[in-house]
Amino acid sequence: MPRTLKKVGPVGVATPPRPGGLRKRWLAAGVLAVLVALVAGVSLGPVSLPPGSVAIELLNLLPGVRLDSGLTEREVAIVTELRLPRAVLGLLVGGLLALAGGAYQGVFRNPLADPYLLGVAAGAGLAVTVVLTLGVGAGGSLSGLPVTIPLAAFVGSLGAVTMTYLLGAAGGRSRSPAALILAGVAVSAFLSAGQTYLLQRHADSIQQVYSWLLGRLATAGWQDVRLVLPYFLLTSLVILLLRRELDVLSVGDDEAASLGLHPQRSRYLLIAAASLGTAAAVSASGLIGFVGIIVPHTVRLLAGSSYRVILPLSLLFGGAFLALTDVVARTASAPQEIPIGVVTALLGGPFFVLVLRSARRVLT
Amino acid sequence: MFRRTPRVFAATLAVAALALGACAEKTTETPAPSGSPTAAAFPVTVGGLTLEQRPEKIVSLSATATEMLFAVGAGPQVTAVDDQSNFPADAPKTDLSGYQPNAEAIAAKDPDLVVLSDDRNKIVDQLTALRIPVYLTPAAQTLDDSYRQLTELGTLTGNTDAAADVVQRMKDDITKIVAEVPQRATAPTYFHELGPELYTATSKTFIGSVYTLAGLENIADAADADGKSAGYPQLSQEVIVKANPDFVFLSDVTCCQQSAETVKARSGWSSINAVRNDQIVELDDDIASRWGPRVVDLLRTIVDATAELPAS
Repeated sequence: MPRTLKKVGPVGVATPPRPGGLRKRWLAAGVLAVLVALVAGVSLGPVSLPPGSVAIELLNLLPGVRLDSGLTEREVAIVTELRLPRAVLGLLVGGLLALAGGAYQGVFRNPLADPYLLGVAAGAGLAVTVVLTLGVGAGGSLSGLPVTIPLAAFVGSLGAVTMTYLLGAAGGRSRSPAALILAGVAVSAFLSAGQTYLLQRHADSIQQVYSWLLGRLATAGWQDVRLVLPYFLLTSLVILLLRRELDVLSVGDDEAASLGLHPQRSRYLLIAAASLGTAAAVSASGLIGFVGIIVPHTVRLLAGSSYRVILPLSLLFGGAFLALTDVVARTASAPQEIPIGVVTALLGGPFFVLVLRSARRVLT
Repeated sequence: MFRRTPRVFAATLAVAALALGACAEKTTETPAPSGSPTAAAFPVTVGGLTLEQRPEKIVSLSATATEMLFAVGAGPQVTAVDDQSNFPADAPKTDLSGYQPNAEAIAAKDPDLVVLSDDRNKIVDQLTALRIPVYLTPAAQTLDDSYRQLTELGTLTGNTDAAADVVQRMKDDITKIVAEVPQRATAPTYFHELGPELYTATSKTFIGSVYTLAGLENIADAADADGKSAGYPQLSQEVIVKANPDFVFLSDVTCCQQSAETVKARSGWSSINAVRNDQIVELDDDIASRWGPRVVDLLRTIVDATAELPAS
């Protein structure tokens, strides 16, 4: 990681476009990080396989290639059916969480806005708990894919964001970042209490819900990738298309309106897209904290404060961060798994403090 | 361990009833065995607990304890059981909770004996303060623990002889079933699934010891060699695939809608022997998570499912 720290303007003021070279360099670094994470994700795991054979098996995925890697059929399955989808899912989920976090921070003009602080997690958690404990809509599927839990997570997270937004930022006119965060805390506490109550009443589902809450990529397969991919594409498309609006919004609604934009419409679109992305991520892999707040801020500190830069880089680095974290989660105490939510917090916390300390500016 | 969503299959019920005499089906014996001691045998002492008189209003807050009480013939003395006690079917189920025991709600039943598996919320202290006798039946680690709990419950409820009969019958049945296990050069391997998150149990656990009796080898033993997971590790998928178990046993059928079909559909599992040879066994969640008399049925299921495997 090159440490080229520059002086940039305060958060919320779009910095003038910087020389293209730097942007390109960071973009290249992001793509490289994703590739490294992907390679690490398929080569490392509790079962040790020769790296050369793994590489050959990956080549075999290409049409028309049939090379002998010397791996048994089961070892091949470990590479192509377990590690590869798990790495891909890590990239998708991490990217979504970081992207959604960055979008929330921009929309709410609040550096602390994170899917978790806004109550999204608690909302999704409550909704999923309702499904798992009361069996509401159990077994619902759409073209063979289970949709009940993702749908519940989406409804729950969108409902929670709406509640937080109405409480803390009436009509988007909140001038106090603290009000929004406090509202998020209150909404989260309220929803978590509901969830705890349900769990007490249905103790037999505790194990299932608990393991979901701790976050997991442990049981990932291609079916999860298929589940998340459409939401991933939709969410990242909407947010990345609106990234310039975010820069303008961060200056102020009046300025945005004077430029012929529809600030409120963009804001709602962004919130809906970010919530959809978070919900998809949460429904596939449970609650994984920290990514949505750490990654965008790290990118902001390292590469500049314009959302045009922050959002695409958050997508790349967030994905790489989570996929690499997942490698740690499955190898650190192999052959057992560590919940990935625990690892993101353990690794992310100190890393973020380091970045904060070395960055010569304050988050305001 | 978490007990599971109540649901018992009628077939299992019938088999269990016949096999165990849990509902007093056994030959001509009446629920209150004639040979059992009457009030004259009291007071009795088990551990630190002394009962002056035969208890007539027993409250059970453990599904396993409920099964044991009914098996030793103390059913008529039981006035209330918790919301998870779904066997036998005629047990007086209430909304009392064994997970969140509430001393007031229990005291309201005016019990003369309370049986619990877990001392949660300081419930034992609270009930003791209310002068309500409490007997704990913690989750068994071995079959001997089960026998001991059955025997002590028999003593406490004035059903000593019936309890001795139940224990003897269990031992005889187990001996008989184990004798049927084919002699093999190498033991077939298995993975016992507690939940879709791939939590499992090693040979060191109660359930694991049942599989050992059936002559099977557990693929999870290496994962918890140091015992730090208390015998219940969560395995990585690739470790399971690599270990290639001959059998997969599911005890998350009712709770978590897992089945042979869902296991077959899992990414990367198609190359496992258990999947390839159709050797995925759906257990009864309840029977597989309790340590009462129906453990014999569990052993029977396991041995029947694995006996057909040709000696490799």
